[in-house]
Amino acid sequence: MNRKQLAAASLAALGVALGAGSAAAQMSGKPIKIGVLSDMSSLYADLGGPGSVAAAQMAAKDFGGTVAGVPIQVVSADHQNKPDVGKAIVQRWIDEDGVDAVVDVPTSSVALAVQDLMKEKGKVFLISGAASSDLTGKACSPTGVHWTYDTYALAHGTGAAMVKQGGDTWFFITADYAFGHALQRDTAEVVTKAGGKVLGSVDVPLNNADFSSFLLQAQQSKAKIIGLANAGGDTDNSIKQAAEFGIVAGGQKLAGLLVFISDVNALGLPVAQGLVLTEAFYWDQTDETRTWSKRFMEQMKKPPTMAQAGVYGAVTHYLKAIAAANTDDGPKVVAKMRELPINDFMTKNGTLREDGRVMRDMYLFQVKTPAESKYAFDYYKQLATIPADQAFRPLSESECPLVKKG
Amino acid sequence: MSSLHLAIPPLPALMAQLFIGLINGAFYAMLSLGLAVIFGMLGIVNFTHGAQYMMGAFAAYLLLNFLGIGYWWSLLLAPIIVGAFGTVLERLFIRHLYRLDPLYGLLLTFGLALIVEGLFRQEWGSSGLPYSIPQELTGAHNLGFMFLPNYRAWVIVASAGICLATWFVIERTRLGSYLRAATENPTLVQAFGINVPRMITITYGFGVGLAALGGVMAAPIYQVSPLMGSNIIIVVFAVVVIGGMGSILGSIVSGFVLGLIEGLTKVFYPEASSTAIFVIMAIVLLVKPAGLFGRELG
Repeated sequence: MNRKQLAAASLAALGVALGAGSAAAQMSGKPIKIGVLSDMSSLYADLGGPGSVAAAQMAAKDFGGTVAGVPIQVVSADHQNKPDVGKAIVQRWIDEDGVDAVVDVPTSSVALAVQDLMKEKGKVFLISGAASSDLTGKACSPTGVHWTYDTYALAHGTGAAMVKQGGDTWFFITADYAFGHALQRDTAEVVTKAGGKVLGSVDVPLNNADFSSFLLQAQQSKAKIIGLANAGGDTDNSIKQAAEFGIVAGGQKLAGLLVFISDVNALGLPVAQGLVLTEAFYWDQTDETRTWSKRFMEQMKKPPTMAQAGVYGAVTHYLKAIAAANTDDGPKVVAKMRELPINDFMTKNGTLREDGRVMRDMYLFQVKTPAESKYAFDYYKQLATIPADQAFRPLSESECPLVKKG
Repeated sequence: MSSLHLAIPPLPALMAQLFIGLINGAFYAMLSLGLAVIFGMLGIVNFTHGAQYMMGAFAAYLLLNFLGIGYWWSLLLAPIIVGAFGTVLERLFIRHLYRLDPLYGLLLTFGLALIVEGLFRQEWGSSGLPYSIPQELTGAHNLGFMFLPNYRAWVIVASAGICLATWFVIERTRLGSYLRAATENPTLVQAFGINVPRMITITYGFGVGLAALGGVMAAPIYQVSPLMGSNIIIVVFAVVVIGGMGSILGSIVSGFVLGLIEGLTKVFYPEASSTAIFVIMAIVLLVKPAGLFGRELG
């Protein structure tokens, strides 16, 4: 055997070994374990929380309870909106409990911490509740999937709509952590690009009860639009107290940049009416969404939020990919998730992009007046559909290192 | 983005912020007052206070939605209902702890608070329920330097009145003197023919009623939510510690003053507004461990 032959032979051997390797990376034989990590007890519990767990369980059950010959198990935990707590739970889940995928994780600061860990472990992260567009930007991960919405989409939905209506000066009341900052940044960009101006902002600690001081600062700024870059209970208190201080009556407008149906429910239509908001899903949108939502409501007694609906969709697509690829290896499952088109009750012909962003249409809604609302939870009317390519950040502007530019 | 706001806002804006601080101070004062009464008279660190405040707000919500009873009657009924719940707790559990270290009372009431809040969350979720401002108090007045909602003005007036009345009853009336005597030397007071255990039960019920009253007053401003109590209770404890555990006057004064200080941090350094009170607490504990109005023991 001369040198050339030797090289060819070893190359061939290497090829066989590699081929065997990939063929061997099939199901590990263990059950598929899906961990729902959410805020189970605090201000975001109604937009994710127990409802997200229920959605994940519905998805597992609807899939038949098994995938590629192994049972599907759903576990859950409360991250208390603390990144260190969330990270510790996920670490234990992966190292000791054999969890294959983590889903939901509202609170962007926790999601960013978990994203790092999942990237390192090569496990699948299905993000539904968290909003920061950094999750598919500079903090993107090859196994991270941002399923439902993000701050970029909210800014280009609600933010752009308010600017179009003549709201060219803004003051932000911002939740003082990763999510609030990302939402303010993305919205401010939309405002300034359209020729508007940001007059000021105030960073408010998370889970604050009294917003009157901040609302007065916003009032004194004389900005036409007061952008609420917060969520959950913080948004509810801001909107409720803004009514008390006569903000809207005084000619300023509120832009609730992230409003879930659970917030509208908590505020009641007399306070929430007229709010413009961006969502990926509304329970009463189509026959399909109604059918699914009614099943959800039987169990939870409340309409699903887009985050909870997204959990169902993400888990289902993840399971489909496992079945199609016949493997539970994280990176390979995500590769299959990219190949398969996404179609479920809330997503039509969605795709998963290389930066982890799920491309879907978003919708601009307005909250109905009490007179327009005819039955329980009849809250929204649709103003516009925002096509996926306008709703989400184009790859050409991406800061994600996984995106090849050229 | 906006860190330290070094520029001092114009005077009218500052006045408005101080006023807002005073309103929050009114809530702190009312809640810390109930805590101070209970600790001063019973020696119990009542960690269920936040849960009882929340129950007051829920009582108002339920009275309105199931019985059609409005805000004004709720101001009377909710404290009675929740106060009665408090006396049951006292009779069943808390009374067994008077002779033990205060730590036991703290653990018991903290556990009870977790159970109560958990039950409410199970039933009503975490995002809260709407409760409107009573018709008579909607609207606002333009004070020149600020837009003052009528309801907030009412909160200040009502809270100041309640605080003064409570202080007066305990410090200046015969009933109050019995109470104070009963805590100093229960055996002797009992010897005079006064039913001390009943008096203590009533005192606890009264303290709990104050928390519930605070809850009813908070319902139209904040969301009626199972979490509203745990959000505020820690701050209120800091207020009580700063004022001096068990000091009635101390809790009232420090409630209002800390509301003001918190209001100022919201203007100058909003990111620290949720921590400012605890920094002050640490400083006070270092300089005057018994609190500003507390009596040094021993």
